[in-house]
Amino acid sequence: MGTLEFVQIGVYLVLLILCVPLLGGYMAKVFVGDKTLLTPIIRPLENGLYRLIGTNPNDEQNWQQYTFALLAFNILGFIILFLLQLFQGVLPLNPAKLPSVEPLLAFNTATSFMTNTNWQAYGGETTVSYLTQMMGLNVQNFVSAATGIAVVIAMTRGLARRSGETIGNFWVDLVRSTLYILLPLSLILAVLLVSQGVVQNFDDYVPATTLSGESQLLPQGPAASQIAIKQLGTNGGGFFNTNSTHPYENPTPLSNFLEMFAILLIPAALTYTYGKMVGSVRQGWVIFAAMLILFIVGLSIMLVSEYQHNSVYDVTGVMEGKETRHGITNSMLWGAATTAASNGSVNAMHSSFAPLTGGIALLNIMLGEIIFGGVGAGLYGMLIFVILTVFLAGLMVGRTPEYLGKKIEAREVKLAITAILLPSASILLFSALASVTDAGLDSRTNMGPHGLTEILYGFSSGAGNNGSAFAGLDASTPFYTILIGIAIWIGRFGIILPALAIAGSMVKKRVAPPSPGTFPTDTPLFIILLISVILIVGALTFFPALSLGPIVEHLLMDAGQTF
Amino acid sequence: METKARPLFDGPIVRRAVVEALWKLDPRTMLKNPVMFVVEVGAAMTTVIVIDNLISGPTDDLSFNLQIALWLWFTVAFANFAEAMAEGRGKAQADALRKTRTQMMARKLIGRIDGKEEQIPATQLKPGDLVVCEAGDQIPGDGEVVEGVASVDESAITGESAPVIRESGGDRSAVTGGTRVLSDRIVVRITSEQGNTFLDRMIALVEGAQRQKTPNEIALTILLSGLTIIFLLVVVSLRAFVQYSEAEAGQVGETAATIPILIALLVCLIPTTIGGLLSAIGISGMDRMIQRNVLATSGRAVEAAGDVDVLLLDKTGTITLGNRMATSFISADGVGLERLADAAQLSSLADETPEGRSIVVLAKKQFNIRERDMTHLQAEFVPFSAQTRMSGVNFPGANGGPTHQIRKGAADAIQRYVGEQGGRFPDSVHSIVDKIARTGGTPLVVAENDRVLGVIELKDIVKGGIKERFAQLRAMGIRTIMITGDNPLTAAAIAAEAGVDDFMAEATPEDKLKRIRKEQANGHLVAMTGDGTNDAPALAQSDVGVAMNTGTQAAREAGNMVDLDSDPTKLIEVVEIGKQLLMTRGALTTFSVANDVAKYFAILPALFASLYALNSNESGPLADLNIMQLSSPQSAILSAIIFNALVIIALIPLALRGVGYQAMGAAAVLRRNLLIFGLGGLIVPFVGIKLIDVLVSLLGLA
Repeated sequence: MGTLEFVQIGVYLVLLILCVPLLGGYMAKVFVGDKTLLTPIIRPLENGLYRLIGTNPNDEQNWQQYTFALLAFNILGFIILFLLQLFQGVLPLNPAKLPSVEPLLAFNTATSFMTNTNWQAYGGETTVSYLTQMMGLNVQNFVSAATGIAVVIAMTRGLARRSGETIGNFWVDLVRSTLYILLPLSLILAVLLVSQGVVQNFDDYVPATTLSGESQLLPQGPAASQIAIKQLGTNGGGFFNTNSTHPYENPTPLSNFLEMFAILLIPAALTYTYGKMVGSVRQGWVIFAAMLILFIVGLSIMLVSEYQHNSVYDVTGVMEGKETRHGITNSMLWGAATTAASNGSVNAMHSSFAPLTGGIALLNIMLGEIIFGGVGAGLYGMLIFVILTVFLAGLMVGRTPEYLGKKIEAREVKLAITAILLPSASILLFSALASVTDAGLDSRTNMGPHGLTEILYGFSSGAGNNGSAFAGLDASTPFYTILIGIAIWIGRFGIILPALAIAGSMVKKRVAPPSPGTFPTDTPLFIILLISVILIVGALTFFPALSLGPIVEHLLMDAGQTF
Repeated sequence: METKARPLFDGPIVRRAVVEALWKLDPRTMLKNPVMFVVEVGAAMTTVIVIDNLISGPTDDLSFNLQIALWLWFTVAFANFAEAMAEGRGKAQADALRKTRTQMMARKLIGRIDGKEEQIPATQLKPGDLVVCEAGDQIPGDGEVVEGVASVDESAITGESAPVIRESGGDRSAVTGGTRVLSDRIVVRITSEQGNTFLDRMIALVEGAQRQKTPNEIALTILLSGLTIIFLLVVVSLRAFVQYSEAEAGQVGETAATIPILIALLVCLIPTTIGGLLSAIGISGMDRMIQRNVLATSGRAVEAAGDVDVLLLDKTGTITLGNRMATSFISADGVGLERLADAAQLSSLADETPEGRSIVVLAKKQFNIRERDMTHLQAEFVPFSAQTRMSGVNFPGANGGPTHQIRKGAADAIQRYVGEQGGRFPDSVHSIVDKIARTGGTPLVVAENDRVLGVIELKDIVKGGIKERFAQLRAMGIRTIMITGDNPLTAAAIAAEAGVDDFMAEATPEDKLKRIRKEQANGHLVAMTGDGTNDAPALAQSDVGVAMNTGTQAAREAGNMVDLDSDPTKLIEVVEIGKQLLMTRGALTTFSVANDVAKYFAILPALFASLYALNSNESGPLADLNIMQLSSPQSAILSAIIFNALVIIALIPLALRGVGYQAMGAAAVLRRNLLIFGLGGLIVPFVGIKLIDVLVSLLGLA
């Protein structure tokens, strides 16, 4: 690893830290309803939308109403996207004359885009038309991210408000997330990407003859606009099948940097928004710090094991599965960010990473996509861990555990543990099923521990709503399409529902004023505690599985055996 | 207060607990504790496998599986033993109480208070009945004295042998069934149903018979159950992953992942340490209250005590000694101090009030003036009366001259007295009086005939060490509010001296209630003590209301704790016990979860020892995880399960006694407990498992 590569990682992290209060503060203003720079431009549009859907932005909802609105909206979105795919063959904007999508695949894709997973069971340029990309996938890219933000904002209100009943208005949160945050940022990023050579057109595919004399069809399309939100909204579903390894999707080092940066931008900044909204930015920074530390530790292990000498092939720094344009460090940084943040876009093939590198990518997802995590989703997942940590450690100071002055009681513990249990259960049980049935085993490309990692990664990616693939597993079989589809639903709503229910029960609670007897949740010690709980719960849950996958593979590789 | 120290491991209690531990293996009982229930199911499954091994012919695994089965049963039994130990201590006390509830007879008055007597068994008494009790009689039920006054021996309930006075009207009218009248005659109106008397409730409480899980215990049980489910999934899925790996490595059936070993892994991972000790911790928290002679009506109240952050404390008896004491003499112009002291002592010789005694003592201390015999001096004591608001003494004049009169009393009373005698009340004395009043003291002016001699300063004496106590409470985040009937001036002075955070002067019971509501509205949890009937609403409103046992029945019903010693200072201890209870739970939970790391490093390498081995006689790559260098896979698994069982036994004393408690802020407490139980929980099992492994391989057990 060269000095410049360290510098690049440093620049990446420092820029991220700088942007957290800027964007985070702006987002807090948006959700509180304060005036921002964009208000004069967007307010009329915003109000028009409220009139259109017939909602009064001042009418707040209790958690059940909020949840109902959210579910109704998401299911409607799912149905529209599903139908769009089924009928794309007869709909316009289909220059490549692609046929309608198979129902099972359409179901899987609709599920995965509605839930911000963006698992690519489809191949962008070979399966879906421009219309489906723009009206279907891209719309969900925006609103699934906006849904995640809405949930975390509602949860924040639940924690911050004193003895209230309501946690906000879902329609308002959805509209504001989209109009004030996602659209402007996407616009900026899309223009920047176009400047780097990312395509943005409605042209037909271009036939070309390669240097070796073979003929090739170069896909075109409105890519930049979709890639921007794909990165910013932690969606990750590529415009092209090979995602951000494709030169039209990610042509230059700068586009690569911007796309990587966009992955963590909003999830990281939301921690500051959270701090602002609960009235103590320290509370936000503490969560940010825990995320950052976990991210850096994971990235370091990935870098070390990737740059380690491979004794089997006697090379240092294997380039298989990586773009020479990006190199190893940028592939690692992207790999860490995309798995930590539930993005799922890739600029290299994770299956080709060194065993431990892939293992960390896998662990990042398994921990629950809380190291920055999906837009909104990462923070509400993290807050569930915060609640668990407060409960576990808070007792030790001799009081009923409190977070932000509110007591953590049986109901919250039950909901928090449910939110942690459900995704873990689906990863473990579905992988177990796949590892002992022919239907599960036949999809593997590789044998031995690597094959197990492929299976684990597939279900983790689904349950974590990540959407990246460990390339190698053929997930297009009915077995995987259905089971991963179920894992995606569980991983999304199995956390959103408990999170909103926690918001609903916390919002009613009295706030005890802080005193020296209060368990402090804004100290370095709390950061350590939070990280320990995440690692212990996560590691204890997945360590046995990981030891039979990446860990044993790593040890075997050192002994000279590969799979 | 002296606490009744009972040894932790009392012979009879231990014997009883051993038997109880086995009875509690009943699955219906075990279901209440999901974590230990899973262990029991695992133990039963392993036992079935062992029996199956025996029937189908012994295999190599037989002795190993048998040992696993035994240690699993031990794990369950140890947890039951912990609970039985905690209950046993209460039961011993309940038995003693039950002896007092022997066949009591009641002398019921028919109809009216002066009606005829009738002998009926105490069990037939109904609320509203009138009974008469004379010297030697046992009071047949809880009630209120409606006539008479008597001294009562309450040692059966309180353990305190000194008799107490019970009288009709006022705040000392409540009597408790099972106590004995020592002198005089009282008529008692029965107030509680048989079977629901104080004694009955006390027996039920100390026995833990009606014990319900407290809110925090429920929350913790949910968490522990959640962790148990997670680990169940881990082990179930591991079985599949092992099967996969064996097939891939071409080693089908070669790993050690048999059902007993997977059960052992599961039991090691689920939080058995805290799961096994959880109810013991709760029961012993109640028990610690009882040992300090505080009866909590529910575990919920004990828990709430830990959350309290505002204490309302009555000034008298809690912050100050019960009575004012003379602290200095200040003479009027032209009068010697010694003369003032002498006159003051003379006037107080026959005054039996604590204030009077303190004046005698002060004179003796400051001027070595000895007590004199009143009869010898032919002195005539003039007691305090509401009309004159003075007390004093008259001596016959020398040689039949006019009587020599000494008076002491409030300034205005003495001024009137001196005026009547033709004397003058000097301005300088006025200013002395004002000064004393301003600093929170009570001035008593002394006059001899028509001459004002000076002023005695009486002061509330703040209890020794109370200021430090309050400082500790403040460090723990608890505010203290002093309640007093004094005027604001006096109250402020005492508040400053005692170091309370706030005070309420001239407080009425209604003020107290209002203050509690206000604090609660601001999110605080309030604790208070009270004894009078007019305290009852405030006691009921407060989050922790400790009623004094000497108090009225209404007060005892309203609070959620009764202090049998009637010591208001106890409130502070009550809070500490509540905190200690929660801390113990948190500490052992942390310890239990942290333990899992070491157990993984013991069992996983053992499970996978040969997997993916490159050569058939070598160990596989995952043997590298055997960082403890345990001697063999079987020994590693056995050591882990033995450690897991023994750690429960080892922690029973901690569960019963509670973690070491110090008055510190939350951040400091957290750091300390994390270091001991978090870091300790990570390290201890590594050492423990290694040691057991050495023993196990020495003994050739595996």
